[in-house]
Amino acid sequence: MESNTIISIRGVNFYYGTVRALTDISMKFRKNKVTALIGPSGCGKSTLLRLLNRMNDLIDGTKVEGEILFEDKNIYAPDVDPVEIRRKIGMVFQKPNPFPKTIYNNISYGPNLNGVSSRDMDALVEQSLKQAVLWDEVKDILNKSAMNLSGGQQQRLCIARALAMKPDILLMDEPTSALDPISTAKIEELIEELKDNYTIIIVTHNMQQAARVSDETAFFYLGNLIEYNKTEKIFTKPEVKQTEDYITGRFG
Amino acid sequence: MSRQTKEIIIKYIFLLFALVSVIVLGLIVFSLFREGLPLFKTVSVKDFLFGMEWYPTYDPPSFGIFPLMVGSLIVTLIATLIAVPLGVMSAIYISEIAPQRIKEILKSVIELLAGLPSVVLGFFGMVIVAPWLQETFDLPTGLNIINASVILAIMAIPTISSISEDALYAVPREFKEASYALGATKFETIVQVIVPAALSGISTAVMLGMARAIGETMVVLMVAGGAAAIPESLFDSVRPMPASIAAEMGETPYGSAHYQALFAIGMVLFCLTLAFNLIADYISHKFRQTGSATL
Repeated sequence: MESNTIISIRGVNFYYGTVRALTDISMKFRKNKVTALIGPSGCGKSTLLRLLNRMNDLIDGTKVEGEILFEDKNIYAPDVDPVEIRRKIGMVFQKPNPFPKTIYNNISYGPNLNGVSSRDMDALVEQSLKQAVLWDEVKDILNKSAMNLSGGQQQRLCIARALAMKPDILLMDEPTSALDPISTAKIEELIEELKDNYTIIIVTHNMQQAARVSDETAFFYLGNLIEYNKTEKIFTKPEVKQTEDYITGRFG
Repeated sequence: MSRQTKEIIIKYIFLLFALVSVIVLGLIVFSLFREGLPLFKTVSVKDFLFGMEWYPTYDPPSFGIFPLMVGSLIVTLIATLIAVPLGVMSAIYISEIAPQRIKEILKSVIELLAGLPSVVLGFFGMVIVAPWLQETFDLPTGLNIINASVILAIMAIPTISSISEDALYAVPREFKEASYALGATKFETIVQVIVPAALSGISTAVMLGMARAIGETMVVLMVAGGAAAIPESLFDSVRPMPASIAAEMGETPYGSAHYQALFAIGMVLFCLTLAFNLIADYISHKFRQTGSATL
């Protein structure tokens, strides 16, 4: 089992100023699986997700204790460059946030920074858009602004943009909460297809979504990891009373 | 009095106050054109705009303002070339890079610079910049294009900087996050995402900065040198349009052709600043970012 672990969190505490948002979290994420992080608002699930690619570094006055190991190295070690981490661990946000650039340039933005030559770029753009199941819809309008796409298309573009970096892990922060049901279904299908090649960690408010797309589920409450197990187990036979109360809708 | 009547009266009182500036502007434009237009009964528009000689007190006088326009445009252009990089860079530093404390200090210093009376800046140009230019480059006078441009640039920097900073600040956080999450550095994010997204606001800032520079009177009156001739080098003196009006208006008899010509220069200036403002307005509307993703 150990060889299947891609990220391992050890005794992590996290503070916004003096407020502790995460308390002594230890957990392992398995490779090529979809892991869902669930829990009521303010439970720390998005905070944990943003710790994994050091996005919380961008917020002033935050503090991390403990270790997060990725490829056997603590990503919070002083000699680690967060830019390198973010190139290997991609992220999709709650609200679709394409750049106000063309569809093509949205995809090529990241690879360009990585020094991918313009000779290889066309193929990479096509491949990324195909992976995100958006190619057929946009192949004739690659030079149009991404802002003209629908919300669901924009979100798939954001996924394609993240995939173009060929990341090891894809972090998704409530990727469908701003989308209509049809777009949501498309994104969920996409997650299903992507998990053969990527490790996906998804934060979601929608418990049916967690049950549908994930292999493992972690339930958070007030900054604590309450229960972490196979998704099937969490949703059928939770071991902790709080988990059961939450998934049956008694609170949250 | 019923409540509705009161509401209506209050509404019209506020409308009246709002209309005051519109009415004042209308009156000013009206008097400008009333005093200036009669000139064209004796001088053709072409001779006025493209005439090479400004000898208003000769007999017969000559009212060609082309050298004055060239003077205005050249000092404005060079001032813009100096002020745009400085203003935009400082806005980027303040908005994206500076720590909170330094940001606050810089912002108040720039506001202070904006509040300096132009006569103080002109004085600085006369007694500090001019002698230095004269000695360093061995010139007959330090009151010239370069001097006026530098001082005008100092005046335009606060305008350009603060409007650009607003534009940069308005770039949605989501764009920055998206860029960082793709492994971009701060510098790459600024150059490739933030500045392009703020470009319409920055262009507006530049146009308004230029409008500020072209209408400025005191500085060009004091340090541009006052020679009504087409300059041959950046060290030559020029006589920009506002300087001409300010210098000559006191000695012109009311209703004379010279008097009318100065008003006509005012009309040209008015049209130029209006054009700058319209262009700025057009840019900011046409290229307005839709902000975050539309759903």
